[in-house]
Amino acid sequence: MIIFPCSKAPRYRPFLRVVFLLICILLIDPSWSLAQEDLTESWFNPNRVNMLVFLVFFFGVIIYFIRRAKKGKSLFIRRIAGLDAIEEAVGRATEMGRPVLFVPGIEDVNQIQTVAAMIILGNVAKMVAGYDIPLFVPICRPFVVPVAEERVKEGYASAGRPDAYNRDNVRYISDEQFAYAAGVQGIMLRDKPMANLLFGSFFAESLMLAETGFLTGAIQVAGTANIHQLPFFVVACDYTIIGEELFATSAYLSKEPKLLGSLKGSDLAKAVIMGILALGAILVSFGVIEFKNWFFIQ
Amino acid sequence: MRREIPIAICFLFGISFILEYFIPHEGVLSIFETIRQWAIIVIAFAYVLGIANLLRINYHVVQRKQRDWPYKIILMASLFFMITVGIVFDILGVGLGGIGEGTIFGWVYYHAQYPLQSTMFALLAFFIASAAFRAFRIRTFQASLLAVTALFVMIGRVPVGESLWAGFPDFTEWIMNVPQLAGKRAIMIGAALGAISTALKVLTGLERTYLGGE
Repeated sequence: MIIFPCSKAPRYRPFLRVVFLLICILLIDPSWSLAQEDLTESWFNPNRVNMLVFLVFFFGVIIYFIRRAKKGKSLFIRRIAGLDAIEEAVGRATEMGRPVLFVPGIEDVNQIQTVAAMIILGNVAKMVAGYDIPLFVPICRPFVVPVAEERVKEGYASAGRPDAYNRDNVRYISDEQFAYAAGVQGIMLRDKPMANLLFGSFFAESLMLAETGFLTGAIQVAGTANIHQLPFFVVACDYTIIGEELFATSAYLSKEPKLLGSLKGSDLAKAVIMGILALGAILVSFGVIEFKNWFFIQ
Repeated sequence: MRREIPIAICFLFGISFILEYFIPHEGVLSIFETIRQWAIIVIAFAYVLGIANLLRINYHVVQRKQRDWPYKIILMASLFFMITVGIVFDILGVGLGGIGEGTIFGWVYYHAQYPLQSTMFALLAFFIASAAFRAFRIRTFQASLLAVTALFVMIGRVPVGESLWAGFPDFTEWIMNVPQLAGKRAIMIGAALGAISTALKVLTGLERTYLGGE
């Protein structure tokens, strides 16, 4: 969890009531779980009511905490070493007079991990602009190019260095996974960036990139929510941002109360899910399987 | 308005995809399908941006005779060659034009790009070997735990493991299905909630930094 719930339990009472109510609804009316033959004329899929309930609850919690944050309530956010390491890596690159490489994954901008990577890119560009070193951003999907260009340009502008922005450093490489990997490896070996920042959605190319970066002696910080690639990053990178931390980055770096509020909401939802999992485990252990069945999605 | 209109568009289309999950009505689904096709068309046009970016950067390198400039000429020549044989020849009705099998485009794809990609993928074996060597060096308690567990899993998944101890395969399965899977699912749940939370922030316009132009 990004934000640990503090001891002021009464704050959570309204949500616990909502959760209790929702569980009661599911208990009273399990008819939604009955599969229906033909839904093509129906305006609502009753098999997915559990997902709707969860979404309403989750959105409600987040909106509640955002409103609280807007009212000026201070929210604690724990330290994320990987995100602090970005500044350290950029600083080291400056000392060595070597570039910074930012790889935003290989998926398109309609993937939420790429959106998260773009948010981090803006903050990195702002840091790099202050140190006056090149920032290379190789892109795999053409749709990401204008977004990345805009983020880097804005980062340089907000650091007061719009003149230092070099449009040619945001480069479209290729849509093909391994052609892109070869292109990025080429940049790593030729330009020898001192800081390799890999954030976004990665697949089989993750280890190729991280190992090549390791061989060049760069400081590497990686973050992805693709769990199959996490072990590779953990092995080959100095710092790894795992799963949910990637999505917490914008709030962590900006410290904006509204964004911190949404983190708090996510954490409460996680606490509820943990409670449900524990309850489910206990009930299944005692042979009560109906509770577990409510959570199947058809 | 420069920011409000994109946020409004993002909200409308984002919500429509959420609704699609809950509304099975045939008529409504056909509307969502149309929206999906719009998205594909818009993404297809983005390739023009990609090609423009690629040509601009590589043309500058060639023009200024910067490092590795001859390779940039090969890159641009290859790009135009594939566009010509794949699209122009097809439109003009020249023999072997087009992008399917039995065309020049197809031949280059299957005899140049495909083996090159396979070669790159094959290199992964060597990267895994070097990464595994570092990962299994016993320096800390956690690294020791990792190395010992990995050793058990590896032994349990080869025939010699079963001959050493009949319970090895089952023990390996337990490691994979209980502690390993529990950790993996915990990360998955956290990441999924983080993704939903980010999506909500993007949909509601709370997170708008990705739009740029602040």
